[in-house]
Amino acid sequence: MGNTPGKAKGRSELLWGLAFGVVFGFLLQKGGVTKYDVIVGQLLLTDHTVIKIILTAVVTGMLGIYAMKSLGWVELQVKSGSAGMNIIGGLIFGVGFAVLGYCPGTIAGAIGNGYLDALIGGVAGILIGAGIFAALYPRLIRGILQKGYFGDLTLPGLFKVNDWVVVVPVALIIVAALYWLESTGL
Amino acid sequence: MGFMTDVSWSPYAVGIGIGVLSWLSFLISKKPIACSTTFAKASGMLERLFRGQQVEQKAYYAKIKLKVDWQFMLVLGVILGSLIAALLSGDFGLQWVPPLWAATYGESALLRVAVALVGGVFLGFGARWADGCTSGHGISGTLQLAVSSWISAICFFVGGILTAAILFG
Repeated sequence: MGNTPGKAKGRSELLWGLAFGVVFGFLLQKGGVTKYDVIVGQLLLTDHTVIKIILTAVVTGMLGIYAMKSLGWVELQVKSGSAGMNIIGGLIFGVGFAVLGYCPGTIAGAIGNGYLDALIGGVAGILIGAGIFAALYPRLIRGILQKGYFGDLTLPGLFKVNDWVVVVPVALIIVAALYWLESTGL
Repeated sequence: MGFMTDVSWSPYAVGIGIGVLSWLSFLISKKPIACSTTFAKASGMLERLFRGQQVEQKAYYAKIKLKVDWQFMLVLGVILGSLIAALLSGDFGLQWVPPLWAATYGESALLRVAVALVGGVFLGFGARWADGCTSGHGISGTLQLAVSSWISAICFFVGGILTAAILFG
């Protein structure tokens, strides 16, 4: 009873989610980005840990994901967007990023690290902010969120070229940027 | 295995680790690593506790579905993974006020928590507006070369850098 294949699949999916989360949280903590000082240090341009981690993850992830896509092993999961969504939402997020000093992933890590400003103040704020958005959603979705809609576009799709025509230069630019950042001693 | 007890790892090692983790999450779970929708679900679930099933009828909650899913478990896993890492290195410790904040605004826990709450409101609201956060757009979306994610990630940092300059300038 209750152990239908569908249920078992649902359960294993949840366990995989937990497992990926544990490794992700472990890496974030070892990277130092569960700390307010490291995140705000990045936004003050005095500590470049955050951008080093993001760019290294992006170049590693991109090469692997696009290689596996070429082999037919994975499909991309691209989010649709619009100028109204991504520019305005991104800037509002940025204000919160600096004022709170954590983001939705790193705040979970900050809680695990013992940071109470994250657990008591930050999480409550994020829940309230998400709730306000849900309340306003019916109006926003008919207006500003649709402005400049471009859908689930990727850069290779935008330029109408083979994936690797974009992947290789982006990888080289990121590696060069990291090399430059390291050579300046930042 | 001495590196497991180190307080911090090279950002390049961590970045490569997260990149490889993203390969596995695409391969095994067919999903990109992301976090912020979980907070919207949690917010809706809390509201449902007080106002009942009708909350599920709200257009946004009908869209994202108020149930514990893969990503919800991932966020819980992040708390656990960070706790394990911090305990292994002895870096775990309860703290109300981060040192950088205290250097400019003092040691008041109440002030720091109040400001964190306000920042959280902007963060939670902005993440839903942009449909993603530093993980979903900033890492998983940009590595797929998604236009929506590159625009969002750039705007996260533009907004963040300007605001941090005002706060600490």
